Amino acid sequence: MIITKQKSEEKIKEMTEPFKKLFIVGCGTCSTSCQTGGEKEVAEMVEKLGNRVIGSAMVEEPCDLRINRRDLKPHRETLKEADAILVMSCGSGVQTVGEYTGKIVLPALDTLFIGETERIGKFYDRCKACAECILDETGGICPITRCPKSLLNGPCGGQVEGKCEVGEYKNDCIWVLIYEKLKEQDRLDLFTTFRPPRDNSKKVLTTELIF
Amino acid sequence: MASNRPAYSDLVKEIRKGHFVLTGELEPEKTTGLEEVLNSARAMKPYVIAANVTDNPLAMAYMNSLVPSYIVQREVGLETVYQMVIRDRNRLALVSDILAASYLGIKNILAISGDHTVLGDNKGALSVYDLDSAQFVYLLHKMIDEGVDLAGNEIHGGVKINVGIAANPNADPLEPEILKIGRKVKIGTDFIQTQTMFDIDLTKEFLKEMERFSCPILVGIFPLKSFGIADFFDKFIPGVSVPKELLESMRKCKEESDKEKRKILYDEVNIEYFSPFIKEIRKTTKAAGIHVMAVLYERILEPLLRETV
Repeated sequence: MIITKQKSEEKIKEMTEPFKKLFIVGCGTCSTSCQTGGEKEVAEMVEKLGNRVIGSAMVEEPCDLRINRRDLKPHRETLKEADAILVMSCGSGVQTVGEYTGKIVLPALDTLFIGETERIGKFYDRCKACAECILDETGGICPITRCPKSLLNGPCGGQVEGKCEVGEYKNDCIWVLIYEKLKEQDRLDLFTTFRPPRDNSKKVLTTELIF
Repeated sequence: MASNRPAYSDLVKEIRKGHFVLTGELEPEKTTGLEEVLNSARAMKPYVIAANVTDNPLAMAYMNSLVPSYIVQREVGLETVYQMVIRDRNRLALVSDILAASYLGIKNILAISGDHTVLGDNKGALSVYDLDSAQFVYLLHKMIDEGVDLAGNEIHGGVKINVGIAANPNADPLEPEILKIGRKVKIGTDFIQTQTMFDIDLTKEFLKEMERFSCPILVGIFPLKSFGIADFFDKFIPGVSVPKELLESMRKCKEESDKEKRKILYDEVNIEYFSPFIKEIRKTTKAAGIHVMAVLYERILEPLLRETV
């Protein structure tokens, strides 16, 4: 899931200030689950921004152009009037809504990561979408995402009692976790294997997927 | 398993002759001057075979370490170990700096990760880490031993540099650290310098573990110039803690109000702690030497080493 966090009230106020007529779009998928852009949060935002809001809508998946067409069609006339659309979804949703409507779009949320959900309100960064997954080599634990240095041949010298120098030793050193997992699986040969430098061009050149 | 690369530097030549070596440490800071570094280099020259020049330690933005690495060799005649962190350079910048170092006559590079930028004095800076330290050693191997960069592009002129890596015997758990060192030794490491050590038993245990790699190891020590430094070190240096008794002895010295007397007391505490440490390492282990990180505390070298070398 794409994990998001609502921007501060001040930031939203500052962003929306120049616009007299606002339309608000919520997200029926990830932001609903994160409780950052679901029906309830959209209603609260409508209330907060008061009479400048001329309409609102839930889009089941704001990141999908087809769903935008389907869910925003009934609001076409109101959208035409709007000076800007405040989108309560991840960055991908904001851009897709902008592309579909051709309007000025404002992000109500900050997109944090592709995450694992333990429960609502406990989300963990798990994937950087690096374009070349190596989880088969690292005991199913991603060092690209979870090691602050994205080391492929860790750990580094900043590991103390299994904790990481980044974040004041509160977080686990992911390379120690990988070591322990591979040891448990009797696959320590994967730990000692030297992983050569990544071909970063793969990620840079992967900006679209068309088939 | 040790590198079969030729000994290009005096440091590695001495190690391979079987001599117990000492290296020192120089730290350029956030300044446009090098007088302090040159004075330190002059002060330590009689006691050490080479001196490391730190590269933005603790992610503090200091003077580019290549310049003092070169100037110290030229002006003082003391060989340097050019420390390079991968935090601040992608593979292009690494290649550029290695070529420049080679041209300037640098004979040793210490290939390290570097503390993360969030620990430093520009916390909002992007950490690069295009390569990790093992991959950096691999890049050095390609450039030095095969005359190419990582993409196979030919390098003209030849790079004649010996490669050092860092090790952290304080790591807990230790096994992943040891396996990691093994990886780098296999790729091409000429010497290892350890993180600061205070615990002799832990050091000896580590050295024993490392014998399987047959790679020369210099044990790092950090003489403590004042209680303030000891306390800072204990609190802020990743992976290092100062033993309580030593910290307490340092605290007692601090109570002496006369500056000169205080200095003598601090020196005595350090000599009392580190002289037996060095002696023990020298007599009972296969360590290649000691890396003395006495930054701006060069006066301790002579009395500290008098009895031990």
